Amino acid sequence: MPDFGYFLSQLFNGIKLGSVYAMVAIGYSMVYGILRLINFAHGDIMTVGVYTILVLFTTYGMPLWLTIIISVVLSIIVGLTAERVAYRPLRSSGEETTLISSLAVSILIQNIIVMVFSPQRVAFHLPDYLSKLHTFGTVRLSTMNIITFVAVFVILIALSYMIKNTRIGMAMRACSDNMNAARLMGINITTIIVIAFAIGSALAALSGLMLAGEYKTIDPLMGFVPGLKAFCAAVLGGIGSLGGAVLGGFILGIIEMLFAGLMPTEITPYRDAFVFLVLILVLLVKPNGILGSNEGGRS
Amino acid sequence: MLKIENLCVKYDSIRVVHNVSLDINDGEIVAMIGANGAGKSTILKTISGLLKAESGKITMDGEDITRVDSHVIVQRGIIQVPEGRQIFTKMTIEENLKLGAFLQKDKEKVENNFERALTLFPILKERLKQTAGTLSGGEQQMLAIGRALMGDPRLLLLDEPSMGLSPLMTQNVFDVLRQLKKDGITMLLVEQNAYDALDISDRTYILETGVVKTMGWSKELIEDPGIKKAYLGGEYDA
Repeated sequence: MPDFGYFLSQLFNGIKLGSVYAMVAIGYSMVYGILRLINFAHGDIMTVGVYTILVLFTTYGMPLWLTIIISVVLSIIVGLTAERVAYRPLRSSGEETTLISSLAVSILIQNIIVMVFSPQRVAFHLPDYLSKLHTFGTVRLSTMNIITFVAVFVILIALSYMIKNTRIGMAMRACSDNMNAARLMGINITTIIVIAFAIGSALAALSGLMLAGEYKTIDPLMGFVPGLKAFCAAVLGGIGSLGGAVLGGFILGIIEMLFAGLMPTEITPYRDAFVFLVLILVLLVKPNGILGSNEGGRS
Repeated sequence: MLKIENLCVKYDSIRVVHNVSLDINDGEIVAMIGANGAGKSTILKTISGLLKAESGKITMDGEDITRVDSHVIVQRGIIQVPEGRQIFTKMTIEENLKLGAFLQKDKEKVENNFERALTLFPILKERLKQTAGTLSGGEQQMLAIGRALMGDPRLLLLDEPSMGLSPLMTQNVFDVLRQLKKDGITMLLVEQNAYDALDISDRTYILETGVVKTMGWSKELIEDPGIKKAYLGGEYDA
């Protein structure tokens, strides 16, 4: 039986991973909540953000804060380009069509990164002041872990406030509730969708940095699986609800790390399968997710 | 005020509106009646910019609005109460009303329109903080009309406001429309309930499979034996 200290450190590893998932899931939820689009390319926009930082920070030695700003801006440009070119023309042709289109965008971005860089895994190091470890008993956290954890809640609160209280937030909720009625109110839905994609892409870039800081290596396909898991997190927590996305992200991260740390080593390689199994089980009991309403989907 | 010339519209690649011409003068109530699938709702959706015209022209006060975005059309004062009400079910009644005034810059006007909506529909006043999805069908229709009034309409497009309502509720809705006519709001009313539509309107267009069959003064049409037989006939038609 593993001792409590070990359990605790695995729990914290789960929270670390979970805050990254939560960060990705918030961005996923922003777009899904309005368009009902499962944007498979979300994870790959994250990769774009990471590679931007890699080039500017590691290769050209720019200050990290500046590279983060550039990476956010570039990710927004990529996200908005995808929206303009691959999703907007298909908006009237149904959710399945845009879903396939987003898969195509995802593969396209992956391949562009492979062409520009290489398919190889490369090392990614955060500056020392961010990777510095702080020891709390058996638990060790880096400065970056703490920043990530805090950032998730700051962003959650800020976005929730915006959605609840501002004019744009109200328009976003209206679009999410009934897109055609929103148009009849005089809401320019294209503007609202563009704003949602911009926020989603910016969050993808930030979460890319957090993920890369945690894994310490990056590759052109690194965004895809975390993207899928973040989508699962959003579904698990109750899709469309930002609080649900964060909750789902933490649950998923914790389950994954506890499974990896506490199960016999023969089965730990199946941790992803286990994560998805949990998702299926939760959805069998609560089809709309943990925080989702039970009124049977959208009206 | 609004003029439609030779409008053709496709819906799912089938043409459902053929060369429809129609005009509405200031202060009038114009009704469009006709069986299901006559293209009435399609015409309203095209005016509002939810569907794109295949050919033809729609002008408001002489200005071409045929292919402009729906938010611009709302800005011109053309506001629609859509078929099936289409309220924001997950938002509160107050938020639904406020959304109706989304483009209104004038705070005082918004306040006045809010008061007007609540005076017309006192039932909404008691439930401002309630989620709109909890309202009954008739109450939702009142909310949908109230929401449209928040946009300070010059031309109100009403798509089947009596659909799914009890006869009593239907009369309530038509009473409100009469009140709005007195206030000087111009209306284009689509109805399957032909008698009520002819009764309230100044002029009526009768559509059949996407074509204007007849247009005339509602007072005359309601007495016309042919119209009576075809549209005001048996109970089964209602």
